[in-house]
Amino acid sequence: MTAVVEMRDITMAFGTNQVLKGIDLDLEPGKVTALLGANGAGKSTLIKVLSGVHNNYGGTVLIDGAAVHLDHPTTAQSYGIEAVHQKIADGVVPGLSVAENFLFEDIVNNRISRTASMRSILPRAKEVASILSLDWPDEVMRSDIYELPIADQQLLLLARSLVHEPRLLILDEPTSALSDSEAQRLFAVIRRLRDDGVAILYVSHRLQEIDAIGDRLIVLRDGVIRSDHPQPFDWTDALHQMLGEAEAGSDDDRDEQRGTDDVLCLSGVQLLAESVPFDISFRSGEVAGVFGLLGSGGSELALGMFGADPFVEGEMTLNQEPFEPKAPADAIAQDVYMVPEDRVAGTIIKNWSIAHTSTFPFLKDVSRFAVMNWRAEDKVGRSVIEDFDVVAQSPHDPVISLSGGNQQKVVVGRWLRMNPTVMILNEPFQGVDVGARRDLANKAREVAAAGSVVIVMSTDLGEIMQVSDRVIVLADGDLRHDAYRSETSREEILSKLTEVE
Amino acid sequence: MSKNEQAADAELPEAKHHIDFRNLVVRYGFIAVTVFFFVFFYATIPAFRLSTTMLSMLKFTSVVAIAGLGVTISMVVGGLDLSVGSTAGMSVTVAAMTMVIYGQQGSVAIVAVLIAGALIGAFNAFLIVILKIPDLLATLATMFLVQGLKLVPVEGQSVSSGLILRDGSVAPGKFTEGFLQINRGTIGQVSYPVIIFAVLTLLTWFFLSRTKWGRIMYAIGSNPEAARLAGARVGRYKALAYMISGVFAAIAGLILSSRIGQGDISAGSSLLLDAVAVALVGTSVLGANKPNALGTALGAILIGILLTGTTMMNFPFYWQDVVKGLVLLVALILSYTLSDKKQRHVEAVPT
Repeated sequence: MTAVVEMRDITMAFGTNQVLKGIDLDLEPGKVTALLGANGAGKSTLIKVLSGVHNNYGGTVLIDGAAVHLDHPTTAQSYGIEAVHQKIADGVVPGLSVAENFLFEDIVNNRISRTASMRSILPRAKEVASILSLDWPDEVMRSDIYELPIADQQLLLLARSLVHEPRLLILDEPTSALSDSEAQRLFAVIRRLRDDGVAILYVSHRLQEIDAIGDRLIVLRDGVIRSDHPQPFDWTDALHQMLGEAEAGSDDDRDEQRGTDDVLCLSGVQLLAESVPFDISFRSGEVAGVFGLLGSGGSELALGMFGADPFVEGEMTLNQEPFEPKAPADAIAQDVYMVPEDRVAGTIIKNWSIAHTSTFPFLKDVSRFAVMNWRAEDKVGRSVIEDFDVVAQSPHDPVISLSGGNQQKVVVGRWLRMNPTVMILNEPFQGVDVGARRDLANKAREVAAAGSVVIVMSTDLGEIMQVSDRVIVLADGDLRHDAYRSETSREEILSKLTEVE
Repeated sequence: MSKNEQAADAELPEAKHHIDFRNLVVRYGFIAVTVFFFVFFYATIPAFRLSTTMLSMLKFTSVVAIAGLGVTISMVVGGLDLSVGSTAGMSVTVAAMTMVIYGQQGSVAIVAVLIAGALIGAFNAFLIVILKIPDLLATLATMFLVQGLKLVPVEGQSVSSGLILRDGSVAPGKFTEGFLQINRGTIGQVSYPVIIFAVLTLLTWFFLSRTKWGRIMYAIGSNPEAARLAGARVGRYKALAYMISGVFAAIAGLILSSRIGQGDISAGSSLLLDAVAVALVGTSVLGANKPNALGTALGAILIGILLTGTTMMNFPFYWQDVVKGLVLLVALILSYTLSDKKQRHVEAVPT
């Protein structure tokens, strides 16, 4: 069967950052093509190219064999490409009724007056709903969109995108807000559409889901298609392709540090609403790497230990004393520090210099009777620049003016220099170049060697293998694996990830 | 803006080569406007040249400026205190009640007013921090509550000496001489309100730009999540900011009350908008593009100069609001349209 959409050597760059490096992919009708890739692999960029959001891509898109230029979302729609985006809240329009949401496109295009009566639009709204056999009673259609359960909102968006009878339907993480049974409902709909001959591009991080619904699996890494699997999928290979091979020599020849003292002990900790509680102890003198795909509970673990967002359930002790931080300030007072996942939203204060940013968590040390000592502050800024090899002119440089790697060195360095009891680094290598990544990993290892507990969360197995002495694997909030690196292997780690309990 | 940050700006490579006209306008435009009008009035209006004119201008500006300093602090933590006007108005009534109805000394009235101001600030903090109501909406509700509740004990009447109480007796007290001195008293030629204004400006400036508390407040206003994750007790600092704002509004109310000499129930009604305006104008002074004490004081003085000058040139009273509006507009253009600071946000990098 011939492909609906063919991509030939698609490239896309943001500034000097080449995100897509030549994608060749055919999407065939009547097939669910699953797209798997780690953060930053280029999945969302690819989706945006196909749905006409990024109009300055390189390469050619062919539809039914004819080259087209997807320069606008409406162009993509006119060729029969519809995308349902990850965030349901971005799709539904608050303040409008369910019926009006079904017909939102008509309302925007003035095909229906905004003041049209409910009675007059109801039949048309029901027509749209019937595409997915959504037989909702009138009261539901009249109610406000927010009274609709989230799964039904997702179905509504899907129905809306089917009005134009798309030939390619792109679904980006469609189940991220759904429960298992709701997801099953959605899958039934997807299978029906597939059997009707629609080409479906399905993006997800949930491996079981892809296994259940995908007819074909494409793995994307660093802007390149790494592998293309038919059913039944070879998961071990797919995950290898997704997460990258070991970088030769980089992580296998160093000594493993093993800690002896259990410093931070968690008992009965439950990370996600439906996950299984577990116990774990983190030891001083070693780097523990917590590996899991997006949504596996790593962030919840980091935020919980730091007192920023409590665990669903569970208790902690720090050096055998109960440890119950109610806020990050409580954790910091006990020398438990964390660098959050999102550097910009979680650490950067705009217009602040390196010196200001470096001293911020520990202002007591650079002030007397609360009066700031600028000279002491500059000294701290300079020491962060020197100790962490930050490329900057002076401690007065705004942090924002630095490259991603150097920004990260500042926000990691400001904690590491304080001899942490526990240092939690959540995705410390995101948006960080290779050199800075190596420097940060070395610093983390040094600090651990000096007696700190260092915990690194990452969705990138290569990073985890590079920095950790001990590897902890999380999946769906459950603890799947906990072993020293010399006693486990990438194969074992990946098999734990795909293991179904 | 601190010296540190100015130094940082100077050391940015692009800043070296782009000290262009726009940057000059952003940084010194506001000062230039102030100087221009000062010189203009000085040259054209003989009466403007009297030192007493300047001092009385500063004196009538002080009430707005002090309330504006309170608003500035609430803006620093990322909020906006809309209850300052009604807090000042309440202070007038509380002071009058304390002295006239209860026959207390002026000092008691001062303490009562300051406590009342702090309590209103604490109430705002309760709404914002504990009940999680957005700042603007919470302080709007407080504004109405305070405006109405202050009239309950006085049954909607202005309180002045000789007031007939409900039981038929005559109110025993009066505005004490000492209390009236808050407005009338002088050191040399400089009256107390001007001194209070100057002292509070310096204190606020010192607090915001020289102490760690100020540093933390600015961080909270700029990125509350980053501040929290760096260990700042965001709720406590917001509460502190609103309590300071309440106390400053109460101080403005004390001066107002001493000036009026009776418990005028309409006092302070126009104060809110003026105070918010000077605090907003203040953000653009020296291109700081953030709320700051010196900016607020200068903003208040510029508006004072313009009001004095235009009044002396016999502009009708209704031109006063036009003047305020124009000053605010110019300041907003400096902060939002011309300043490049706003572009220093990180561009979102798509993945």
